[in-house]
Amino acid sequence: MRDAFGQPQTAILFGGTSAIGLAIVDRLVDARLRHVVLVGRNATALEDAAAALHSRSVTATVVLADAADGATARGAVDQAFAALGTPCDLVIMAVGLLGDQSKDDDDPDRTATMFTVNTAWPAAVLAGCRAALVAQGTGQIVVLSSVAALRTRRANYTYGAGKQGLDGFTLGLAESLRGTGVTVHLIRPGFVTTKMTEHLKAAPFSTTAPAVADVTVAAIAKGAPVAYAPGILRYVFLVLRHLPSALWRKIPG
Amino acid sequence: MAESTELLSGWGRTMAVRSHRVTPRTTEELTELLAERAPNHGVIARGLGRSYGDPAQVAGGTVVDLSAFTTISAIDARTHAVTVGAGVSIDTLLHHILPLGYFVPVTPGTRQVTIGGAIAADIHGKNHHVDGSFANHVVSMDLVTPIGPMTVTRASDPDLFWATAGGMGLTGILTAATITLLPISSTLVSVDTTRHRNLDEVMAAMVDGDHRYRYSVAWVDCMTSGATMGRGVLTRGDHAPSDAGSRANALPAGAAVAVPFNAPPGLLNRLSITAFNEAWYRKAPKERLGGIESISTFFHPLDGVANWNRLYGPRGFVQYQFAVPDAASATVATAIERLAASKVPSFLAVLKRFGEGDPGPLSFPTAGWTLALDLPVGPPALPAVLDDLDDLVAGVGGRIYLAKDARCNPAHLETMYPALSAFRSVADRVDPERLLTSDLDRRLNLRGSRHA
Repeated sequence: MRDAFGQPQTAILFGGTSAIGLAIVDRLVDARLRHVVLVGRNATALEDAAAALHSRSVTATVVLADAADGATARGAVDQAFAALGTPCDLVIMAVGLLGDQSKDDDDPDRTATMFTVNTAWPAAVLAGCRAALVAQGTGQIVVLSSVAALRTRRANYTYGAGKQGLDGFTLGLAESLRGTGVTVHLIRPGFVTTKMTEHLKAAPFSTTAPAVADVTVAAIAKGAPVAYAPGILRYVFLVLRHLPSALWRKIPG
Repeated sequence: MAESTELLSGWGRTMAVRSHRVTPRTTEELTELLAERAPNHGVIARGLGRSYGDPAQVAGGTVVDLSAFTTISAIDARTHAVTVGAGVSIDTLLHHILPLGYFVPVTPGTRQVTIGGAIAADIHGKNHHVDGSFANHVVSMDLVTPIGPMTVTRASDPDLFWATAGGMGLTGILTAATITLLPISSTLVSVDTTRHRNLDEVMAAMVDGDHRYRYSVAWVDCMTSGATMGRGVLTRGDHAPSDAGSRANALPAGAAVAVPFNAPPGLLNRLSITAFNEAWYRKAPKERLGGIESISTFFHPLDGVANWNRLYGPRGFVQYQFAVPDAASATVATAIERLAASKVPSFLAVLKRFGEGDPGPLSFPTAGWTLALDLPVGPPALPAVLDDLDDLVAGVGGRIYLAKDARCNPAHLETMYPALSAFRSVADRVDPERLLTSDLDRRLNLRGSRHA
């Protein structure tokens, strides 16, 4: 069970090798987290992450599921909750695929995969988690969106539109869960320097996975429904969202 | 049997979870209920919800409301024993027995707790150094366990009796108890109040003089440092020998004022709390001996303002209460200093000396000192400060009070409560399927259900 400070003891991480997801887990292990289920596609990388958690006296179990196949969502939820065996205090949705816009532009298959991984599969998993957490009568959900969801741009509109779908879905999910004992925290990071972005030029206000983890843990503790990483992006995007297109096109990043 | 689904939390308003609430009317209905409920969802009793954290809730499970168990028997004139339904509050019981010349053997700072809760938390009062905790005055308990209803006394099943005293409801659901009342000849209290400039003086006065009083407690200011660190007001007294006023009107009908809605976040901050503590200290007399106070003024200061927990705003508050042996009395000063240094605002803390503890494996009081502090949730440093205090308290042979807890480090539980394994065996004897559980149990693994 989570405690009075919102510190969870058990968690399921969807996107079990995500740098941000694992950074959040790492921070929570400093507090009370002792049982984790890692859900992902890459068995070797997942086992490595689990081994790192074992070395910190955390029980970590691996569940294999491919987010590019929407049909695996239900099974992934069932297996993850069964693997935990006790009430799940926290679900972290950290699945994402940045893609390559120049290749995605004209490719129906790549575009379909982008929306499956970034939108359809996470939403389907969250629907499954919703049922499980409501039955538990308690739980917290963290969804990693992106400031790219706030306004799509030429450089990554397929990714941005996919996150836009997940972002809107999450806001509605949060509304649907009022009064159930289950809370939702939507995290919108800016450009995060991780292996997913190492080939890209860092955008202004870029951040790191541990910094996003700090923002996330603070959002859970405060019960904040929406948090930005870094926090200043909330105000930056308040302006950027309303810039005329001619200007928006010229903003770097 | 009435049944509803609702969001419940403890008095600290920190961990709201949804549970099914059922209200059985009879022992038979309750017995049937325990036979029917699937173990994986859990069942726990709930009284008036005055535990600060999560012992009277079970997320996704069944919370048993004992509000239908409200009978009060006639008082045995020779033994002063009375049999009381588990759902009866100390407030109701006092309204009933004060006109008859009796007082409850132990009362906490509020009358709004039930008899069932008083036993499940093995509550203590200002008279612990003389009279021990509540279970000390319990003759027998009627307990409905998953293997059936039973009446438990110290002689019939000492292990179960003491495991239930302080057992946080995890050994069964209490429906009634026979307790021994205290005959009094007055509903007034004769009180000596003394003000002390720092913690050392407060503690020295208590060591020197507590044995002369049935009741003793000190309120300590945790917002001062240096020479006035832990300054406090000590109030000690006993029931007055004869009664000037009428017994019938000894208690107010309700709270004088109420907090009608949730305060905005941050109302209670360092500034407002420092100002309050200062005013409160200045208001107390330097020394007033033989003052006459009413029962509600002396025993139940928390009942003056209904819903005072709402003052802490939407994020709620935690109470940190620990006990340490006399040999580790310096822990009290260390705790106050650390909280002051971390800039965590704290209202007045309650300091009290404990007498010998009772044999309950999860019963909180042990001989020495106890300090209780209310702390608003919000300061980012607070979780780590309290974790460090857990380390300190566990290291000197102390423990935290489960009825107040909402955040203890589970790793310390077996150190703080060395008889935990004995408790687990008794609980498993009467509840082999582990139907009885609470969020507190899940969080601290009290029953040992989780494979570590």
